[in-house]
Amino acid sequence: MEHFLDLDITLDVLSYVQPMLVAGAVLGLLGGLLGPLIVTRKMAFAVHGTSELAFTGAAAALLVGVGVGYGALAGSVIAALLLGLLSTRNSDRDSVIGAILAFGLGLGVLFLALYEGRAVNKFGLLVGQVVSVGSADLWLLVGSSVAVLVVLAFIYRPLHFASVDAAVAVARGVPVRTLSVVFAVLVGVAVALSVQLVGALLVLSLMITPAAAATRVTASPLRATLLAVVFAEVSVLGGMVLSLAPGLPVSAFVTAVSFLIYLVCRLTSGKRERVQ
Amino acid sequence: MRVPGTTAQVTDRSTRAAIALRGARLSYGDRVLWDGLDLDVAPGEFVAVLGPNGSGKTSLMRVLLGLQPLSAGTVDVAGGNRRIGYIPQQRAIDVSLTLRGRDLVGFGLDGHRWGLGWRNRRERRDRVDAALESVGATKYADEPIGLLSGGEQQRLRVAQALVGDPEVLLCDEPLLSLDLANQRVVSDLIDARRRTAGTAVLFVTHEINPILPLVDRVLYLVEGRFRIGTPAEVMTSRTLTELYRTNVEVVRVRDQIHVVGAQHVCEDEPHHITNEAV
Repeated sequence: MEHFLDLDITLDVLSYVQPMLVAGAVLGLLGGLLGPLIVTRKMAFAVHGTSELAFTGAAAALLVGVGVGYGALAGSVIAALLLGLLSTRNSDRDSVIGAILAFGLGLGVLFLALYEGRAVNKFGLLVGQVVSVGSADLWLLVGSSVAVLVVLAFIYRPLHFASVDAAVAVARGVPVRTLSVVFAVLVGVAVALSVQLVGALLVLSLMITPAAAATRVTASPLRATLLAVVFAEVSVLGGMVLSLAPGLPVSAFVTAVSFLIYLVCRLTSGKRERVQ
Repeated sequence: MRVPGTTAQVTDRSTRAAIALRGARLSYGDRVLWDGLDLDVAPGEFVAVLGPNGSGKTSLMRVLLGLQPLSAGTVDVAGGNRRIGYIPQQRAIDVSLTLRGRDLVGFGLDGHRWGLGWRNRRERRDRVDAALESVGATKYADEPIGLLSGGEQQRLRVAQALVGDPEVLLCDEPLLSLDLANQRVVSDLIDARRRTAGTAVLFVTHEINPILPLVDRVLYLVEGRFRIGTPAEVMTSRTLTELYRTNVEVVRVRDQIHVVGAQHVCEDEPHHITNEAV
């Protein structure tokens, strides 16, 4: 613990974790942009469910010897499609997610039990442990993120409309149901990418916490989104840099920073009072 | 807040019907909601749609919005140019929703379009500002919408429907759950719009009294039967008794109309246009 903030070690390590920082920055951007929509659509639990299935996919990939990233991607996109298609009525959404999540997690545990490789890989899928991000992984991550952002930009306006004002959006001809499935898939891709960095259990710290903090302090959707991006970047990059010297898991620091921001926003928010 | 159009458009607007239904029929399987419905709504006309639950008022709305095809007949709304404003009933909005009044109004302008809409941002802002001003909502346009009163939210709904400069205004129980003073404010705003801009108004309601002074004609739907005419023609004991096929008495008390006798004549159940779609 004496190395907790050792600048020399931090700077030294920084040079070879650069790809990891790039990955973190991209994921922070994704989380910050998607987060406010997720919060508005009350999808925090769905995101958690999706990340558990990303874990299942990753565990399966580990078992059969395929890239963990592809496994996570397959798992969470399947989850997103299932959740998007099954839960058309809001009333049973939570229970559907709960049922799928539990089954997926159990399956993942089974795959890990059957896997005979290094134990650190198993633990890493749940709580995040990026030893190194290879350039192939980085390209997959950046490419997938760009694809998510392009689709998001195209559907953003009607999606936002449908998210906050479904009745009128339907009346104006917005394809509300299709959009919610497409959005679930976008979130699924972002979740799968984030699982590799912070682990399945802690994806919410990237996708939810920054947006939850931002929406506390402003009622403007644009400002909330910009703030969420800033908060997510500070959490991810700050958390990564802080974790370097002590050599402790990245996810612990990322969650700590994002939660701290959330607390500050909650305590200082003046949004709930009407200015008259 | 009108966008200047060409003269040709204006004449066109004033000569053709804003809404035209011809031999319109809507049925689900064996169940016929209505059949042989002919309705022309002129520009600037105010038509109230009345009837008990399940008589097809909401389905008519869905047909006019293009969300539901007719089983037979034709429908034409605003000459097919989609300049339709829609005002829903007031519903509770989550207090923590990250949305301001001006965002809600902005959706009425271009919320259904693809892309981010960064171009024309200034013009967009001006139009939203003008719409907010026209309903007297400028003061609270930047507040979180969930913190506003039901009356303030419905004013924003009116602005949301008007910001796209509609030729047809479809109102789906917009006064429901408002107090009398706010019912008056909201219905007066709708009335002012049709008088100044010639917008045709189709107003679905279970309670005609708050809008009685504004109504030109009534479309009364009961179990597949319907009657179209002025309130004085339709809202009589004889006509409603025929429609309901049971003894119904229409009593006029001062300026109000009360319908006595038929069960479910007055429904208080709110309905949702989105039920089948979301």
